[in-house]
Amino acid sequence: MKKNMSKTTKNNFITYAMVIVIFAVVQTLSSTGNLSNLLMGLLVPLCVYTIAAISLNLVVGFSGELSLGHAGFMCVGAYSSALFSQVVKDSIPSVPRLILAILIGAAVAGVFGIIIGIPVLRLRGDYLAIVTLAFGEIIKNLINILYVGVDENGLHVATSSAGLKMAAGGKQIMKGALGISGTSTLYKDIKGYFFLIGIILILVTLFIVQNLVNSRSGRAIMSTRDNRIAAESVGINITSYKLLAFTISAALAGVAGVLYAHNLSMLKVSIFDYNMSIMILVYVVLGGIGNLRGSIIATIILYALPELLRGFSTYRMLIYAIVLIAMMLFNWAPAARNWRSRMLEKIKGNRQKKEAA
Amino acid sequence: MRNLKKVLSVTAAAALAVTAMTPAAVFADDETFKVGVIGPMTGDYAQYGTNVYNAAKIAIDEINADGGFNGYQVELLDAGDDQGDPEKAVNAYNDLLDKGMQMLCGTVTSGACIAVGAEAAESTFLFTPSGTAVDCITAGSNEFRMCFTDPMQGTKSAEFISEKGLATKIAVLYDSMADYNVGIHDAFVASAEEYGLEIVADEAYTTDSNTDFSVQISKIKESGAELVFLPNYYSDNALILQQASDAGLDVKFFGVDGMDGILSVENFDTSLAEGVMLLTPFSATGEDEATVNFVKAYNDAHNGETPNQFAADAYDVIYAMKAAAEDAGITPDMSNEDISAALSASMLNIELNGLTGTAKWTEDGECDKAPKAYEIKDGVYVEVE
Amino acid sequence: MSFISYLKDGISLGSIYAIIALGYTMVYGIAKMLNFAHGDVIMVGAFVILTAITKAGLSPLLSVLLAVVLCTVLGVTIEMVAYRPLRKASSNLAVLITAIGVSYLLQNLALLIFGADAKSFVTVINVPTVTLFDGQLTIKGITIVTIIACIIIMCGLTFFVKKTKPGRAMQAVSEDRDAAQLMGVNVNATISLTFAIGSGLAAIAGLLLCSAYPTLTPYTGAMPGIKAFVAAVFGGIGSIPGAMVGGILLGVIEIFGRAYISSQVADAIVFAVLIIVLLVRPAGLFGKNIQEKV
Repeated sequence: MKKNMSKTTKNNFITYAMVIVIFAVVQTLSSTGNLSNLLMGLLVPLCVYTIAAISLNLVVGFSGELSLGHAGFMCVGAYSSALFSQVVKDSIPSVPRLILAILIGAAVAGVFGIIIGIPVLRLRGDYLAIVTLAFGEIIKNLINILYVGVDENGLHVATSSAGLKMAAGGKQIMKGALGISGTSTLYKDIKGYFFLIGIILILVTLFIVQNLVNSRSGRAIMSTRDNRIAAESVGINITSYKLLAFTISAALAGVAGVLYAHNLSMLKVSIFDYNMSIMILVYVVLGGIGNLRGSIIATIILYALPELLRGFSTYRMLIYAIVLIAMMLFNWAPAARNWRSRMLEKIKGNRQKKEAA
Repeated sequence: MRNLKKVLSVTAAAALAVTAMTPAAVFADDETFKVGVIGPMTGDYAQYGTNVYNAAKIAIDEINADGGFNGYQVELLDAGDDQGDPEKAVNAYNDLLDKGMQMLCGTVTSGACIAVGAEAAESTFLFTPSGTAVDCITAGSNEFRMCFTDPMQGTKSAEFISEKGLATKIAVLYDSMADYNVGIHDAFVASAEEYGLEIVADEAYTTDSNTDFSVQISKIKESGAELVFLPNYYSDNALILQQASDAGLDVKFFGVDGMDGILSVENFDTSLAEGVMLLTPFSATGEDEATVNFVKAYNDAHNGETPNQFAADAYDVIYAMKAAAEDAGITPDMSNEDISAALSASMLNIELNGLTGTAKWTEDGECDKAPKAYEIKDGVYVEVE
Repeated sequence: MSFISYLKDGISLGSIYAIIALGYTMVYGIAKMLNFAHGDVIMVGAFVILTAITKAGLSPLLSVLLAVVLCTVLGVTIEMVAYRPLRKASSNLAVLITAIGVSYLLQNLALLIFGADAKSFVTVINVPTVTLFDGQLTIKGITIVTIIACIIIMCGLTFFVKKTKPGRAMQAVSEDRDAAQLMGVNVNATISLTFAIGSGLAAIAGLLLCSAYPTLTPYTGAMPGIKAFVAAVFGGIGSIPGAMVGGILLGVIEIFGRAYISSQVADAIVFAVLIIVLLVRPAGLFGKNIQEKV
C-alpha cells in the first residue's frame, strides 16, 4: 500500500514537473525572442483550455459521466468575473482585483455546478449528456438577454437596453449579445504576467484534481464509475460524491472562463456554445480518459494545430478534421493499439538483444 | 495506459516539429508593403469574410498595376481566418504580424474587431471595413472605420422612416444572438420615440433557430404594423421575406447595410424583395463607372458571384490606405508604429471618392459619409431622393 | 384561432425535426453511437439535389434519387472508414469524437466546393397550400408532404425492423451484439445496412428541410442535427415512434415558447422542458427503462 502511494505521488510530481518544464522552456524561448507573435499569443488561451480540459477530465474520466455543457460553466465564470472587474475597476488595484475575480468566477460557476448537478446527476449515459448540453444552451440564452449598467444610483439589471433606465452619465457594462468589452485593457499593467498566472492556475487545478482523485472521496468517485451497483451496495452515497466531482469541475471551468475573459477585450456569449464544450471533450478523449497529463498534451496539440496550419489558408480546417480523425483512429482503435504494442515489443526486443550482445 | 503516453509524446514531438517548421517571422523587406485581412473565412459567417478578402485582392491588384502605394508594390497576405471568434481573431492577428503585416484591413466582424483593436492600439494601423460596433475602434488613435456604426444606422433609419412618412407603426424582427443586429436594434428602438414612431411589435430570433419565423410573422401581422424593420444580414432576410409572403404579410420592409446582397442570393426569387427599402452606402447595381468596373472584376474573378457591401467597403479601405500612404509618404522599411502614426495623421487629410460614397474621416476614426436610401424596383436598386 | 394556428406552425416545424430524428434514432438504436455527422450528411444531400437540378439540369425526381444513392454510399463509407475500427475501443466516447471529426470534414469540404454564400433552395415539391376556415388557417403543402413522409417512413421502418430478416438482425444486434454474432448474425453487415438506411433517410430529410426553409450553406445541417438529437432523446432514443413524437413535440414547444413567453429565450424554454421531461421519465417518452441487474 505504501509503495503504491509513493508511486501515485511520483506520478503526480511528474505531471507538475512537466508543466513547469514547459513553462521554463517557453519562458526562455520568449525572453530570448525566439517565439513568434503567434505562439506568444497562443500561450494564455492554451492555459485556458488546459484548465478546462483538466476540469472536464474530472467528470468524464474519474466520475465517468459524459458532460456536454462544460462551456456553460466557463461562460458563467467569465461573465461574473468580468462584470466584477468592470464594476470595481476604479476602487481596487489590478492584482487584488484579479485574484478576487478568479475567486468570484470559481465560486459562481461552482454554485451553478451544484444547482445543475442535483437534478442532472440522477440521469445516466447519453441522457445525462443531453441534459448538460441543454443546460449549457440555457445559460447561453439567458446571459444573452442580460443587460447590466452602472450609474450613480448603483447597478441596474434588465433584459433590454431600454429597460436599464440609467441616469445620464451611466455606463452600460453588459450589453446582451454585444457582451462585455474592454476587460483586458483594465489589466494592461499586468498583461505580461498572464502566462505565468495561467501556469500557476494550471498547477493549482492539477493539485486540486490529483489530490481529490487520490483521496478517500476520489476512490469513492471512481468506484461509482467502475461499478455503480457494487459501490452502492457497500454504502457509498453515489449522488453526493458525483455532485462533489461535478461541482469542483464546474468551479475549475469557471476559473478557465475568468482567464479567458480577462485575456481578451471582447467577451461575447455566442462563443460558449456546444461546439466549445465538444472541443474541450475532444481534448479530454484524445488525451486519454482519466489521464491528466494526456489532457494537457492533447490540448496543446489540438489547440495549436489549426493555428499552426494557417499557412495552408483555406485548407487548414479540412486538414485539421482529417488529422483529428486519424489521431483518434491511431490512439483508440484496437487494431492500431495492437500494432503499436507489437512495434514497441520489437523495438524493446532489439534493444535487449543489443544489450545482450 | 503506458502505451498511450508514449504515443502522445510521439505526437507531441511531431507537433513540435511542425511548429519548428512553420515559417518564422518574415523579416520586413524594403520593397513591398504588406497588408493583411482578418475575418471569418470558414464557419457561419464565412460569406462576409471571403467577400472582404476577395475585394481587397481586386483593389490591391489594380493598385499594383498602377504603381502601388506611394510607388511601392503591395502584397496581400493570406487571409487570417477567425471564424468570427474574438480569440481566434487575435491569433490570426499575431500570425499576420509574423508574416510581416504592416497594415490591417479588418477585422470583418464586430466582436473580433474589438478584441484585435485592443491588441493593435498604437502599434499596427487598423482599418475595419465592416466592424460596426462603437467599441471596434475606440482602443487606439490608429484605428479607423469604413462603415457606419450600429447606433448611427439605427438612428438614421428611424429618422429616414419618419421624415419620409413611410409609417408610424413599426415592427422589428432581429437576431438577438448576434452583435451587429442587436446593436442596430437597440439604437433604433431607443430613437424611435423621438421620431414619433411607435414600436408595435419587437420580435427576436436567435442564430440557433434562424429558419422558422412563423410565430414572429404572425405576431407582426396581428400588431397591425405598417413597416417591418429588419436589421439583419441578407441571408436571414431572404428567408424572412419568403415566409412573410407565404403568410400574406403585406407591409413595407426596411433594412440597413446588411440587407445589401439579397438580390444576388443564388436562386432567390427576387420578386419577393420588390418594394424593400434599405439604407446602404453601396449598390452592386449602381451605374457609375467605378461600381460597374468593380462588379465586373469581382464577377470575373469569382465565377459570377456578385459582391456585397462588405466587398465594397473593403475595396474602399484599400484605396483609402493608398491615399493616406501617399499623403504620409510612408515607405515599406518603416516600423509598424511609424507607419501607423503617419497614416493616422494623414487619414484626417484625405477625402476618398469610393464605391460607398465620398468619405472623410474624423479624429476618432469614424467615417463621415452620407448613407443612401434605395428601394428595390423591378429587381434593381433605385435611389430614393 | 391563434392557438390552432400556432399549433399548426409547431407541427410543421416539428415534422422537420421528426424526419431528421428518425435517421438519428435508427443509427443510435443499432450502432449505439451518437452520429454527430448525421446533420452534415443532410447538408450534403441537399447540396447534391440543388446542384443536380440547377447545374446538371436533371429532373427533380432523378436528383432526389441521386442524392439518396450518394448519401447512402457516403454513410456506409464513413461507417467503414471512421467508425468501424473504433467499434471495439475501450471507451464509446472515442467514436463520438471521430464523428465530430467527420462532421468538420464534411462541412469544410462543402465550404471548399460550394463556397460560403447562402444559396436559396429551388422548389422541388409542388404541393399547393391548403386553406381552411375561410382562410383563417393555411397549411403549407410542404408541411403536409413532410408529415406524410414521416408517417410512411415511420411505418416502413417499424415494419422493416419487426418483420423482415435483416430488420430482426438489427434488433438482435441492438439488444446484444456478441450474442447476435454467436447466433450467426453478420454484425458488420447489419450495422452497414443501418448506416445505409439512416443516410438515405438523411437525403430525404435534406430535401424536406431545405424545401421548408429554403436556404443552404455548408453549416445548414449542424443546428437541425443537434435539435433532432434532442428530439430523439426526448422521444426515447432508439424508439422509432418516439423519434416522430419527440420531433413534433419539440417543434410545438418551441413555437409555443416563442408565441406565449418570449422569442428571445425560446431555445432555453425548449431545453428546460426537455430537462423536466427527462427528470420525470429518465429514458425519454417512449424509451425502455431497463433495470440493471447485478
